[in-house]
Amino acid sequence: MKDYEKTGVLKPSDIQMPSEEHLKKGVAILECVQEIPCNPCVDACPVDAISMENINSPPATNFEKCIGCAKCVSVCPGLAIFVVKIDGNKGLLTLPYEFLPIPREGEKVKIFDREGKEIGEGMVKRVKKENETHVITVETERNCAIEGRHIKVMR
Amino acid sequence: MRIKEHPILQFERERKITFFYNGKKIEAYEGETIAAALHAAGVKTLSKSLKYLRPRGFFCGIGKCSSCLMRVNGIPDVRTCITLAEDGMVVESQERKELPSADFPNCMVEKKEVDILVVGAGPAGMSAAIEASKAGAKVLLVDENPRLGGQLIKQTHKFFGSKGEKAGVRGIKIAEELQRELDGIEILLNTTVFGYYGEKDTHMLGAANKVENILYEIYAKKVVFACGAQENMLAFPGNDLPGVYGAGGVQTLMNVYGVKPGKRVLMVGAGNVGLIVSYQLLQAGVEVDRVIEALPKIGGYHVHAAKLRRCGVPIFTSHSIKEVYGNGKVEGAIVAEVDKNWKFIEGSEEDVKCDTVCLAVGLTPSTRLLMQAGVEQRFIPEAGGYVAIHDENMETTKQGIYVAGDSSSIEEASTAMLEGKIAGAHASKSLGYGKGIMKEWRIMLEEMRKGPFGEKARKAKERIKEALNEGL
Repeated sequence: MKDYEKTGVLKPSDIQMPSEEHLKKGVAILECVQEIPCNPCVDACPVDAISMENINSPPATNFEKCIGCAKCVSVCPGLAIFVVKIDGNKGLLTLPYEFLPIPREGEKVKIFDREGKEIGEGMVKRVKKENETHVITVETERNCAIEGRHIKVMR
Repeated sequence: MRIKEHPILQFERERKITFFYNGKKIEAYEGETIAAALHAAGVKTLSKSLKYLRPRGFFCGIGKCSSCLMRVNGIPDVRTCITLAEDGMVVESQERKELPSADFPNCMVEKKEVDILVVGAGPAGMSAAIEASKAGAKVLLVDENPRLGGQLIKQTHKFFGSKGEKAGVRGIKIAEELQRELDGIEILLNTTVFGYYGEKDTHMLGAANKVENILYEIYAKKVVFACGAQENMLAFPGNDLPGVYGAGGVQTLMNVYGVKPGKRVLMVGAGNVGLIVSYQLLQAGVEVDRVIEALPKIGGYHVHAAKLRRCGVPIFTSHSIKEVYGNGKVEGAIVAEVDKNWKFIEGSEEDVKCDTVCLAVGLTPSTRLLMQAGVEQRFIPEAGGYVAIHDENMETTKQGIYVAGDSSSIEEASTAMLEGKIAGAHASKSLGYGKGIMKEWRIMLEEMRKGPFGEKARKAKERIKEALNEGL
């Protein structure tokens, strides 16, 4: 039995993680590790960076091809895709968000990791609504962008 | 208790109405069921148990569990969770089960003759009706709920699957899409099919609309039963206290009627239903204290568990519920760790303060009508209980009677839609309408059952097939 099957929390070693180079250009991190019959991310990718052997296989990401466009973020029914772009000590984290209040651009947010632990703060750079889901981009510290998976508006 | 703002849903509360509950005026909105409106008004006890008169509350929300029976406009034993509140309605609590003073007093009797009757307007039933009607058959679709869509109307999350099977679309939207395709099909809502009185060549069924007081005699050449499932109960002291709900019941209450079940929830069961409903509780602004799961691992998809964990909701595997306590309503629960033999580990008890306990411990197929119709059934644990033996066209052992969706084996809405299509297409084709079953439906069904999460469903269908081949 894998740890995450007990805890519900993935470790970086469970996931296909991008290299430093790839993080610099900004790529999608797909936190989808089980065999689930689901494939909208494959269809959504404009550059064929996501592939699957069959509908049940976990997606594989080609970080060379990925352009970090975040088209896959809003289509994933599991809300399991995040785009991370690193620039020195700073980073941009793009995530799906289905709570109220909807963050506004320029607003401060708290950032939480996969276990729901508060790890820092960030500033909302962009708010988009695609496929009925809000996709939020937050500017924050490097480690918060890499480890952050949830935000809460500080209002 | 009513949800004002929601990240996904909008609740249209246009017209205010007033009804009477035990002589007291209750304000409600048009479109709310009696039970939902009472819940919003803080009435948690809806009925009493037969022998010891223990209080009983809202549990399933879809007319399956009978813990909401009340007297409405003088008629006893009305399922208030599927009966819409109306202006001036007189609702009274019943101390005991009562019989009506007369059989169907002053009711109208209507006769219907159709090619295909579909019982249940969830994803399977709607899909069956659409396919059969597209093929050219005369279809009648009957459902006992006030709305079409079955359980899709409370699924605010996006569906998994492939594009062709509406992946990435929220269940509520899928319900709307299917509804649009029902155009031209005769539909009877608020109407319960209560019995099968088949003769040699025709199937005769009785149905009743309690709201409009109409009794239907339905003659059909083929019948598709897509009656869904009901939520399982778990045995522990206090499991009948108002405030202990089926997780699906809570989903109906909050996502269909916009009413919060309470302030703080203990979720029992970490299968997909438990995980999804927990997340939807957070979206509705309700606190989730924790999710407990008796098995050593999370049964639902990891992605659903991850959504909860990052919001700070803990999931305790190998933990179960020992008891629920409270004076007339839930005030808390004792949970404890279980060992390999499912025994509680002494000293591991924890007191969880909550006003709501949700049970997400599986579903049982609704098969009573099929049973009464005399089709062969088998107890298949992987299917969720007794299910009708059926062939690959979804036809049961009684010619012309079909089954589809959860009532044929507990599975997903996506597979229910495919099974519905197969049943509808085969039934109509056997009457000389349309082209019959499309190959790709079968291929897709097989694909969806291939992965580890499809194992249970796959085994259930294999066992059903074995039973059929054995000739019972």
